[in-house]
This record gives sequence, C-alpha cells and structure tokens, in this order.
Amino acid sequence: MAEERRQKQCSVVLPSESMKAMAESMGVGQLQEDSCVALSEEVSYRIKEIAQDALKFMHHGKRRKLTTSDIDYALKLKNVEPLYGFQSQDFIPFRFASGGGRELHFYEEKEVDLSDIISTPLPRVPLDVSLKAHWLSIDGVQPSIPENPPPATKEQQKAESTEPLKAVKPGQEEDGSIQGKGQSGTSAEVKGKEKLRMKPRSTHELSVEQQLYYKEITEACVGSCEAKRAEALQSIATDPGLYQMLPRFSTFISEGVRVNVVQNNLALLIYLMRMMKALMDNPTLYLEKYLHELLPAVVTCIVSKQLCLRPDVDNHWALRDFAARLMAQSCKTFSTTTNNIQSRITKTFTKSWLDDKTQWTTRYGCIAGLSELGPDVIKTLIIPRLTVEGVRIKAVMEGPVVSNIDKIGADHVQSLLLHCASVIAKIRPAPDVVDQYRTDYGYLGQMLCSHVVKARTQAALQAQTVNRTTLTITQPRPSLSVSQSGGVGSSGGSRTPSIIKVPSSLTLMSTRPATPTQPSPPATKYIVMATSAGAASTQQVITLSSSQSSSPVTSTVTSVSTPLQPLVKLESGGGAVAGSRPMQKYIVVSLPSSSSSSLEHKGGATATSPIAIETTVKSERSESPATHTHSPH
Amino acid sequence: MAAVQDGGSELEGEKEPKPELMNDGSTAPAAAPSSRPEDQQTLLAVLQFLKRNKLIESVDALRREAGLADEPEEAPGSEAAGGAGGAAAGSGELGDAGALLSRVSGGSQSAAAPAPAKGGDDQPDVSVVLSAYSQQGDPSLYQVYYSGLKKFIESVLDCHRAELSQLFYPLFVHMYLELVYNNHESEAKSFFEKFNGDQECYYQDDLRVLSGLTKKEHMKGNETLLDFRTSRFVLRISRDSYQLLKRHLQERQNNQIWNIIQEHLYIDIFDGMPRSKSQIDSMSGSLAGEAKREDNKTKVYYGLLKEPEIEVPLDDEDEEAENEEGKPKKKKPKKDSMGSKSKKQDPNAPQQNRIPLPELKDSDKLDKIMYMKEATKRIRLGPESLPSICFYTFLNAYQGLTAVDFTDDSSLLAGGFADSTVRVWSVTPKKLRKVKSAADLGMIDKESDDVLERIMDEKTASECKILYGHSGPVYGVSFSPDRNYLLSSSEDGTIRLWSLQTFTCLVAYKGHNYPVWDTQFSPYGYYFVSGGHDRVARLWATDHYQPLRMFAGHLADITCTRFHPNSNYVATGSADRTIRLWDVLNGHCVRVLTGHKGPIHSLAFSPNGKYLASGSTDGRVLLWDIGHGLMIGELKGHTDTIYALRFSRDGEILASGSMDNTVRLWDAIRAFDDVETDDFTAATGHVHLPDNSQELLLGTYLSKSTPVIHLHFTRRNLLLSAGAYNSQ
Repeated sequence: MAEERRQKQCSVVLPSESMKAMAESMGVGQLQEDSCVALSEEVSYRIKEIAQDALKFMHHGKRRKLTTSDIDYALKLKNVEPLYGFQSQDFIPFRFASGGGRELHFYEEKEVDLSDIISTPLPRVPLDVSLKAHWLSIDGVQPSIPENPPPATKEQQKAESTEPLKAVKPGQEEDGSIQGKGQSGTSAEVKGKEKLRMKPRSTHELSVEQQLYYKEITEACVGSCEAKRAEALQSIATDPGLYQMLPRFSTFISEGVRVNVVQNNLALLIYLMRMMKALMDNPTLYLEKYLHELLPAVVTCIVSKQLCLRPDVDNHWALRDFAARLMAQSCKTFSTTTNNIQSRITKTFTKSWLDDKTQWTTRYGCIAGLSELGPDVIKTLIIPRLTVEGVRIKAVMEGPVVSNIDKIGADHVQSLLLHCASVIAKIRPAPDVVDQYRTDYGYLGQMLCSHVVKARTQAALQAQTVNRTTLTITQPRPSLSVSQSGGVGSSGGSRTPSIIKVPSSLTLMSTRPATPTQPSPPATKYIVMATSAGAASTQQVITLSSSQSSSPVTSTVTSVSTPLQPLVKLESGGGAVAGSRPMQKYIVVSLPSSSSSSLEHKGGATATSPIAIETTVKSERSESPATHTHSPH
Repeated sequence: MAAVQDGGSELEGEKEPKPELMNDGSTAPAAAPSSRPEDQQTLLAVLQFLKRNKLIESVDALRREAGLADEPEEAPGSEAAGGAGGAAAGSGELGDAGALLSRVSGGSQSAAAPAPAKGGDDQPDVSVVLSAYSQQGDPSLYQVYYSGLKKFIESVLDCHRAELSQLFYPLFVHMYLELVYNNHESEAKSFFEKFNGDQECYYQDDLRVLSGLTKKEHMKGNETLLDFRTSRFVLRISRDSYQLLKRHLQERQNNQIWNIIQEHLYIDIFDGMPRSKSQIDSMSGSLAGEAKREDNKTKVYYGLLKEPEIEVPLDDEDEEAENEEGKPKKKKPKKDSMGSKSKKQDPNAPQQNRIPLPELKDSDKLDKIMYMKEATKRIRLGPESLPSICFYTFLNAYQGLTAVDFTDDSSLLAGGFADSTVRVWSVTPKKLRKVKSAADLGMIDKESDDVLERIMDEKTASECKILYGHSGPVYGVSFSPDRNYLLSSSEDGTIRLWSLQTFTCLVAYKGHNYPVWDTQFSPYGYYFVSGGHDRVARLWATDHYQPLRMFAGHLADITCTRFHPNSNYVATGSADRTIRLWDVLNGHCVRVLTGHKGPIHSLAFSPNGKYLASGSTDGRVLLWDIGHGLMIGELKGHTDTIYALRFSRDGEILASGSMDNTVRLWDAIRAFDDVETDDFTAATGHVHLPDNSQELLLGTYLSKSTPVIHLHFTRRNLLLSAGAYNSQ
C-alpha cells in the first residue's frame, strides 16, 4: 500500500484546467495548452515545496495538524507575501462534490449579511491560558484520578467479563503498555501462565487511600447529610478510578439491601438504589461482572412485599418505580444472548404477577418492572391483561370490606396501568369510542379511553413541533391501515426526512425519504418482524412505492413457526412495483419483543425467531448489497 | 569557516548573508563546485569587501584565522561531508584567494568537475554545483545500469549483499538527478517509479522531495538537492565488498555508475568482517550517509568540571533547624564526602579554564549551597523506586503551546506560545514581582538588611507574567541558571533575553535571519547556543550582540540544541537526521552521530557528561557514548515524535515524553551497562545493539490527551512534565 501511495505522490500534478480557470479569473483569456501544462507543473512543484516547509512549522509547533499559519510562515520563509485573510484556528471544512465523473473539493464561502454580524452578540471571550498540576504517577503508580485516563477502559472491562478467555491476552498487553508499574507486577506473574489460557487471578487489594475513599463514600451514601450524599454520588458517577473498588461497592449494595429489606428501612433502600444508579452512570465502569449481586438487590426493591414500616403512608412506590427504571436500564445495557437478562427478568415479573395471591405491592412492582422494559413488553404482556386486572381493581375499589392498604395498592396499580395509554394510542386506530374501550378493556376501559385521547393530542403536538412528515402505522387486528398525520407524503417538501413509527420504540430515519414525490426511486420495503403472543410470527411488509397514487401498502404475512422457514420474497399489494424495479430494497426491522415474548412459549419459537431474522437479513442483502438497516437509501 | 574567534568579531556582520545564500541559492559568485561553495564565497566576499575598504589588518587576521584553523587539503576528492571538512577545504584554498576569486568570476570550473557551467547564468553558483551532472550517458540506459547493478548485488554472497545494498539509495538519487538535470523528464519519471520502491523506508521523506522535482528549473534553489550535491554521501564498506563491487563494475565497463561512485560518494573502506544488515541499518538513515570514522576520532573531554570549593557555613544552621524541628539525629557531615568527590580531577574532564566561565557571584554560591542541601534529600531512583511525576497541564492553550522550560530549582515555569508571547509562571506560592521603578528605588534605604526585598514592587505580584516582544511563534525558551534571565527564540529570527527582575526585554539577538528553533543557556550561564532554519548553530554570550561562534555543517534545519554539562561542548540535532557535537573552544565539529531516521527533536546529556540521548520523530530514543562516538542503545516504544528527554539527577532513569501523550521511564543504568564496548567495536564503531527496549522500559504513563513537550527532574528527583491539553 505504501508503494501505491508513493507512486501517486510522484505523479500528482494540478490539472491544467485549473490553470486555465485561474487565468480566466485573473482576466487572462485564451491561455495556450502548453503554457497551462508548464504552469501547472511549476505550480505543483512550488506547492509541494511550501507544504513541506509548512510541515516543519507544524512539527516545531508541537502539533499534529497543519494550520493556515504554518503555510503563511512557509511562504515567508521563501520570501513570498503570505496569504492574508485565511486565518483559521480550526480545520477548514472542505466540501466534496462530484458529478460527471469529476470530483471536486471546495471551500464553501457563505454570503453573510453584515447586519447579522453586527447584531449578533459578541462571542464569549476565550478563556486565558492557565496551568493545572496533577499527579501523573506517584512512586511509579498512576493514581486513579479524573485527570488521568482510567486504568482499565470500559471496553477492556467488557471484554474481560463477556469473553474471559479472549480477554486474557489483550488485557495483559494493555497491562504492560498502559497500566504501567502498578499492575505490571501481577501481569508479569501471569505472563508465565499465559499459555495455559488461565483467567488471571485478580487481587483485590485496596490501597490505604482507596480504603479511606471507600469508607468515606459508603458512609456519605447512607448517611444523613444530603449534601454529602450528593457529592459522594457525584464522585461515584464520574470518578474514573473506581474499577478496583467495584466488587466492594457491589457487595455493599447487595448486603445493604438484604439487611434493610428485612428491617423495612425505606430510606436506606433508596440510598442504595441511588448508589447503584450512580455506578451505572459512571462511564468508566462496566458492571456486568457484578450483576449477580446487584440485580437481585434491584429486583427485591421492585417487588418486595413490604419495603417500609408504614406501607399506608410511606411512598415506597417511588422506590419501586426508580428500581424498575434501573432494572430496565441494566437490561438494555447488559442483556446479551448468553445471559438473557431481559427475558429472565420478564419471566420473573410475569410469573409473580399472574399469581392470584400476589399482594398489591408486589403486583405493582411487577407491572412497573414490565412497563419500564419498553412498549413492546407493554403491548404483548400488559395490554392483554388489562381486563383481568380491571376486574381485580374493581373488586377492591368498589367491594365492601377492604383494608386501606389494599385500596391504596389497587389505586396505584390502576394509575400505573393507565400509563399504557400511550402504547394503546399507537396501536389502536384513531376514533376512540368509550364503549369500544369498555368492551375491550373492561373496568379500566373508560379511563383508558380518556388517557388515550390525551396521549394522541400530545403526540400530534409533538409531531407539529418537530415539523417532520410522520407516518404512523397503526395495527388493528384483522387488517392494516395506514394513518398519516400532518399531511404526509403528498406534500412538496421531498427533502424532509420522514419517520416511520412502527409499533415499537423503533424509528426509521431516512434523510432522503421514499415519499411519492420522488420521480422513480426504487421502492423501499420495510419488513417489520415481530413474534406476537401466539406461536405464529408476523411479518409486515410496508412498501413505499414510488407512484403518487398508491399509498404505502402494508401486508401482513403470518408465518408458521416452523424452524428455519425461509422467508419468501414478499410482493407488495402494489404488485408490479417490486418485480420491475432494478433495485428492490428491503429494510428488515426486527422487533426486540420477539425474544422476550417468545419466552413464555418455549420450544421452537424461542430458537427460531432470531435465526429467522438473521437469515432474512442475509438473503436480502445478497440481493441488494447496498441495503443496510439504517442506511437512508 | 568553522568558527571565528573573538578577535574577528567585526567580520561576523559580513558573514550573515551566508545563510541567505544557502537558501536562496542566488546572487553570489560561485566557487569551486567540489567543496562547499558558499563557505568560500562568503570568505572571498568578505575579503574583497575588506580590501575595498582598506582594512588590511582585518584581511590579514581573517586569512591567518582561516589558514590556521585547518591544514590545506590536497585532494578535493576526500573532503568531508560535513562542515569541518568542508570548511577545511575552503580555507585550504584560501592561500591564493585572489587567484581563486578570478577563477570564480570567470565562471570557470575546478579540477574536480571539469564540465562547463551550462545554462542558468544568472545563478552561477547552483549551475556550477549542478554542472557535475552534465556529463551523461544514454538516458535510456540508466535503468539498465541500475537494474544490472541490482542484479549483481542480489547475486553476491549474503555477507556482502547487505553492505553493497547501501549503494542503492545514493546511486538512485544521483542517477535520477542526472536525468532530471539533462532534461530527460520522462526517463527520469519512469526511472523513479521503477526503483523508488526498492529504497529503504526511512528515506521516504527525501524521496518525497525528490519526486516533486521533475524539471531542471526546479533544481535551482532546492535545498535538499544542494545537500545531495554539495555533500558526498558517505558509505562504510568493508574492503572485501568494495573489491567485489569494483571488479564487477570494471568487468562490465559500467562507467556511468563508476563515475557517480567516484564523484558523488565517499566510500569509507575498512578492513575486517563485513557488517550485518542490522548493524548497517542502525547507523544509516541520515541525509548524507553515515559519519566518517575520522570525524569521530577527536578526543572529547566529556568529564565534568571540578565544582568550586564553597564553604558551607549554612550547613550547621540547617542542622540546627532540623534539631529545632525535633529531629536530633546527628548525621555525619556530608560536606566531606561531597568535597572529596569534587576534589578528584576527572581524567576526561577539560581544563578548568579551557573556556572562560563567569565568576561565581555570592548569589550563585548561595544557590549552590541550596542545591547541595536539596541533593542530600534526593531520592535514589532505580527500577524499584520510580519517581513520582507531576504533570503541569496548560489549559485553554488552543494548540498554541510551543515550548516550555523549568528553572533548575523548579520554582518557575516558562511557556512559549504560537501567539508570540512568552509567559512565566511561578509554580511555588511565591508570586512574581517586578522591581520598583527608578523613582521609587531612589527612596529606598540602601543600607537596610532587607533591601533585596524592598526593591520589589508588591503591587505587581501575580502568578503569571506575560512577556511581549516577539513577532512570531516562540519555539524555544530557556532560563538562565541564576534565574535572572530568560531566553526565547522565535520564528521572527531573533533570540530575546528577558529580565526576570523587571519582566522586560533586555536584548534582541539578531543573526539568524530565519526561524530559530531552539536556544539554551549554558549550565554556567553567560553563554547560550541557538540553532534554526539557517542550519547554523550560533554560540552567543549575553553581553555580546553578535555570536562568538558559528557552527556550520548541518545539512538541514537545526532543530534542537543542548549544552554539555561541562559547558565546553554543544550538541545540535538536525532535520538532516544527524547529531553533531561542537567544541565551544575552537568551533570544530568533534562528533557526527548518525542513526536516526527522522528529524531529531530532543537531546539530553547524562549528568556525568558521558552519554547523550536523542529522540526523533520516528519515536525512537538513541543512546550515544560521547567518548567513543558510538551508538550504544536504542529505546523503542513511543509511537510519535519525542519532544522531551531528561535524565534523572543521578542519571539512573531516563524519562522521555512524546506526542503520543505518554511519559516513559527507562532504566538508563542498565542500558549503558548492557553494552559491552570492547576495543574492537570501539575501533570500528560496529556496535551490535541489544534489542531490549521492553526490558529497559520501567513505566509508561498515559495522559488523557496531553502531548508531553517538556520534562524536568527537580533537585530531589521528582519528575515534572508539561504539555498543553488538546481537546480534540
């Protein structure tokens, strides 16, 4: 490769056309071809010479980036008047354009209105140079302070925890080169065993400072002074050097929860959860190795029967909500195909929710935990149970003798369930009829209906403010219809990106939309795959065809969950579109719910659905290699 | 014209056009093309000028000076690659300067290259320089010649192949230039494209320059080209290999290549085993080949000067103070041990008065005492006890920090910036204060004990002072040892001396007409050295506005300058990828060290004066034994330019700082011990370097995004490093 580059270097000469263009701009017309060639060679040589000199200035300026001033100084060196007016501290944003087989880099010069400049307030005065000292190393060991890079990067920690065997080797190389003396003692020890592919035994010795820090932090976290606690949490969330102390913190939290749940100490539980949150927020820590301790603690805080001494007065619901959010966050971050956290958690919640004897507190926790896991989980697990739950709530609310605690619990569950309205708003077609809701959802129907209406108006408002054409595809049971809000598609602004909202958290953004106004772009298919609650998986094919008349057509194909069923190429309702176009693009969207929902229905579905998705993507790619799930076109 | 002594100081003003001549390559009459023409030209021009102005004495002085400096050289074919030799040749012919002058003005040629100067009459010097290329063979045969030689070298025995392969690069360059000079543009291009891939990767920078050069017109005024032409590329080849080559070329009647070898190359033949590829590679890489062996034969007095005897009356006080602090430990008096050490005269040390050094003032003595006291508290470093590193980060510098220096006692920090300012910080709680104005000073009671305190203006106390004066980026800063002065060198071609009492500029030393990349004070103060784009290092004294010595010989920019701890020598690193050591006394170049593969950006002498470390853009640190002129170590690990190198106060640890945001610590003692320098290697200079960088590396400390551009060991062996945070 160096070879190629060098050859190129030797032959790069400015094209003679540019000489001609420059001559014309100077008022010299009809420059002869020979003169152009001679000029371009000469100019190329001089430019190279100047660039080489400018590099010298860059090196002596101790920079990696060549600046315009370097070129000015190089010109000065050659006794040439520098170019005035090209000062730029930052890089110059060259733009690239190509067309007609030619490529061009140019510097976009915008016309600026003088009055604009005058009227804009002056920019902030840049800060003056200042000096800051920190310890890069203390007796040969690099201290873990924010000023220093973290001793073990997050990627390293991740690699170590997810692929312990693979991580051994690169980890040690890192030890030698980056971590320096402090760890090199242990790494040298391990180096001998490297051939055995043994996981390095990590020692968890903390220095005196670290022990002090740990003591201070934990005390502040569970202590009574709120200011101190905020400071401690801030430190946990930002400090880059906590990697070594992570096991201690993890044990602290898990033990703390265990003890305080028994004692119904709500305050401490909240503090511990906040600590856990801070740990998760720390960008340099990767908690996966300690989830076995942390997650049970979090789950406890979500579903425990009693978390406080006075369940009727104390707001333990907030803790449950907070912990549920934490759980959802950790599911999102750490769930992999090997540990299956999300599905395991979902299963746990569902199981205890389905149990009739479950108390209202636990019930609340389960629902909260599930609802935080995303709209898909809500759609597949919570919405179908709204009716049943409605009956139960009704029994408590309107029934004769109930304890106050039950009533509060039922009340909270009810308000929690009403949060599903936003999801319902997305999956139900527009006209919201109270009676329809009542038949569908029973006791909660009426309230749900009003909430859905509210959610809809809010969404419409948002869509207006975002000012983007939005396709909202809603999905009733038997057939699919496409509802458009905000005058979609047919509007003239063909350059505006469009969002296609699929009944999940997924949004597809495309910079160049496949709106009908485009003359004749190849039709784009969005294949939305989701395994519904039943054993059959559904694929929706949304074809956004080019012609003005045909609105996006969505067809649903229900495939039976036979393992490894190959996906047949799906023709859209438009029929002629797909076959005739030279480039048929498929965008395959797999809904994340498939894995979680399929959990309940063990057997073939669990295994097949992800694989089926995989194969689809592959087969489609082979047809049109340019297609990527996220590529605009 | 290696250097001019004090007596001839009025001449130096006339010499200043010299660098211009080198770079512009214009206007002056040409001299003999076989030697460094500009040296002679300048001398001749000066002589002419003096004669015209009837300054007979000066003429005589100059002649004597130049004539005495070197012996005349008989064969023009053997003159040096570098400055000392070139200067010798120049001065050797000075004997009949008038005759030479007439020859030159006639535009004729010298014996070495008897070709007439063709074309470009307005720039006779370059054309004469280039005229050697005018003799030519059939341009289409060049490729055949070259590939024939290539085939031959590939077919010889392995032991010779490595040595003969050295020929490829210089031959390639000269054949290409010959083609270009004779207007065979397309042949030149195809020749270049065909063979440039064969060259060693470390020549790539030069090849890039060459590749741009495709026309005869370009050759005028191209510095790199002048370097190739005016200096002979030095190769070191064993006698056996050389015989082999000679026989081959004679058999084939390959005169073209033979001519180039005769004219443009200097083959340093040695008896003994041919060198291995790695041995050759470690030494090659410079712009003009390796150093010739005789270049490094001069004796260098690398020992340290005897420390002056200072009565240490304060020592008792110090101990009393310690007693007061509650440490009644009676230490044995260290004064004796220190004293006895310095009393011993180092056999390698220069005479105490070899160069005149400034008298010690009372304040200097106090400082020395402080130094000794601090030294007793110094931490012994080693692989087991690494130093702590304190990092001074410049925030909001917006890529503008270009140079940093600490005072020896680590109390002040100076930064040079691209916006032409120099800023001085106090890194101790003691703030920086100016001296009061003259009017206010008059009112002070001069008899009072605290007069030194009273003269300071309390109102001006601040942590940072900004010095304005330069008109271009400041590339070098250096504190004087007594902390009263600060030097700064800049793109504007000046070196400025600032007072740290008044925070004003005292002198602007003008002499370099081009950017001055580096400057440094002598460890004894008074003298300082500077080097820059004009390829000439200059030695100055603070009280002379013109340089005392000019060290000419480098073939490209001088990128860094360092004083030897005994102040008798100056080391300069250059973009021609060589390091030269210059004798301050007579201006001779006493060492030429080759082996770097990129411009050298940092140099450091070991505290005992015996070793030199150098770091370059290729990310390697090389260690040199000054006494033998040998490379004795190579420290690999950095991935970018090394801008800072420093030995710990006792020389056990070498710290290096680089653009790759790391500070690395190396076991210097082991690096020097591992090399066995027996008599043979010392005589031939064929060192076999152990590849033990990983074992010598004691620690790597990564900063977040801050390139390290300066390192400094405090007197107690705490390592200070400095750099500007780079937010991108």
